[in-house]
Amino acid sequence: MENAGPQFRRVARFVSPADRGFAAIVYAGSILFALLIVGLFVELVLGSWPSIVKFGPGFIFSSSWDPITSKFGALPMIFGTVMTSLIAIVLAAFIGIMAAVFLADFAPRWLGQPLSFLIELLAAVPSVVYGLWGLFVLSPFMRTTLGPALQHVLGWTPLFSGPILGVGLLTGGIILALMILPTVTAISRDVIAAIPRDLREASMALGSTKWETAMKVVLPAARVGIFGACVLALGRALGETIAVTMVIGNRPEISSSLFAPSYTLASVIANEFTEATTSIYISALIELGLILFLVSMVVNALARLMIWSVRGSERV
Amino acid sequence: MPSPADEGRNFLPHKEILVIRSLRRCCFSLAVVAAMTLPAAAATQLTGAGSSFDYPFFSKAFYVYNQKNPDVTVNYQSIGSGGGIAQFSARNVDFGATDVPMNAGELTRAPGTVLQIPVTLGGAAIAYNLPGVTTMHLTRQVLADIYLGKILKWNDPQIAKLNKGVNLPDMSIVVVHRSDGSGTSYIFTDFLSHVSADWKSKVGTGKSVSWPAPSSVGAKGTEGVAGQVKSTPGAIGYVEMAYVVENNMTAVLLQNKAGKWVACTPDTVAAAAASKPEVSATNFSIVDSAAAGAYPISGYSWVVVYKKPTDRAKELYDVLSWLVGPQGQANAKSVDYVPLPRNVQEAAAATLRQMQR
Repeated sequence: MENAGPQFRRVARFVSPADRGFAAIVYAGSILFALLIVGLFVELVLGSWPSIVKFGPGFIFSSSWDPITSKFGALPMIFGTVMTSLIAIVLAAFIGIMAAVFLADFAPRWLGQPLSFLIELLAAVPSVVYGLWGLFVLSPFMRTTLGPALQHVLGWTPLFSGPILGVGLLTGGIILALMILPTVTAISRDVIAAIPRDLREASMALGSTKWETAMKVVLPAARVGIFGACVLALGRALGETIAVTMVIGNRPEISSSLFAPSYTLASVIANEFTEATTSIYISALIELGLILFLVSMVVNALARLMIWSVRGSERV
Repeated sequence: MPSPADEGRNFLPHKEILVIRSLRRCCFSLAVVAAMTLPAAAATQLTGAGSSFDYPFFSKAFYVYNQKNPDVTVNYQSIGSGGGIAQFSARNVDFGATDVPMNAGELTRAPGTVLQIPVTLGGAAIAYNLPGVTTMHLTRQVLADIYLGKILKWNDPQIAKLNKGVNLPDMSIVVVHRSDGSGTSYIFTDFLSHVSADWKSKVGTGKSVSWPAPSSVGAKGTEGVAGQVKSTPGAIGYVEMAYVVENNMTAVLLQNKAGKWVACTPDTVAAAAASKPEVSATNFSIVDSAAAGAYPISGYSWVVVYKKPTDRAKELYDVLSWLVGPQGQANAKSVDYVPLPRNVQEAAAATLRQMQR
């Protein structure tokens, strides 16, 4: 892969101006992307500068969010954002990968195709619809059925203790899991389907069952691609706004219980930006956006590092 | 074995599909926005932006106005009061609408002298969800203590004392509030600051505040608060008056300053407004009114215009003076808003006459 670039350029120089034009377009496209990211970052820093100057690093570690007295801190929102996304990715990765294995290797054609279509359809449902469903269906179900059941079994851990309001971290995480499930499933299915038949046949020839082949041969071979799917999905979970806002309870507080209300970075911005009037308030909200940007970047970098460590010296 | 490059390539078709899909979605929403914002073929197009609270009333009233005056259309964008003030201050719109009048700082930042005119009235009902309890009496102080987190259970002696003979359950009170910045929250916290010194010093008055009750939950929009209260036994929350009627919710009877038990209805809200005809942008609070029939959690919504508009001044004046007059206000009731009392209509018209046209 490393030496493909120079070769391509040398050929293009001598042979075809069309190739050169195409290369220029491709380069321009990727540079535009880079500029967009840099521009976004610069804009966020400029917008949040008054808040950065006023609150300093304490902004990240403070837990108070009081627009009246202009005391702002982002810690509960950082916690809420990371926790809901973690819950979502754990649930969605498990269900999504299992579904992908089924769709790629086990499902008969007449079942697999309509199922794939339905899963991709889920990706097209607007997030406000997920949110309303969460508010009117999932959160009462959580309060009356799922929550008490979890508490009955796992109530001895702090994670499942405390009053069950229906809205909260866990409900937010479940809604997010549903929303990122199509991404995880569809990409993982494509990755698994692209694993060469030879591998499967070799494994079967050695006497593995279909199940063993899927778990011990196909999934390990597809792990990097599946990991990529999860990273893409996690990115969406971190930034998702409306659906989470409707079911998270919107309370800037850190609690050990998954049933407790919480708050995410994106939710605060969506809730308060339109009615924020003082300039330090607006600046603090923009700094939340900057933090969300940085959190997403750190998560992506960590994921990249994990892929590298899995693949050893091969760089993706 | 597949090379890493092959594996990488397998992603591409799907990513491309995703990109194309999202592009298509963008184009579609652009088209929709364009269709909504492009002026219709009319002689004059007035634009306004701001409060979402006013939106249903404005839609109805401006539609009726356009039927009578086909050469004038009003395009109102419901983007929130803060956004409305920003758009108005940048002179991007002919008028702004806000649930709380522009304050001194905002007025100095505006590029011209601003007139602030009350256009409609609203009240916040206290909805609750207690299975089997159909009437609930609360005093202003007890309501404040619930929101302060001092009263945590429905069978608290202070609530029981006000509701003799009612079988109050041993249930935790879940305090629901708006999570998005809103004029309704402003009116409600203004009311709490009036009736409780503790609230005034610890929390204060604002569109977004730091809610102190330990079991408080924030819900987005009036529909969010209504939904949360309806689906949570033990919940209490403040919602705009119309929602309680439309959603069949039970609301608290509140004791007003005069000692009377009042429900949130168009009449009790109008009574609160009528008790203070000298309302102005600097003295606008009508919460906790002392009038006998007044509902204590009431407030105005405002339209802001420049004293010297750069353009379309005549049309703007005509629309707004119609809106605050008897004919415009007659549209309020049909969409569950409270018409301005006659004396306030006159005061609004007088302010509006200062406009140069």
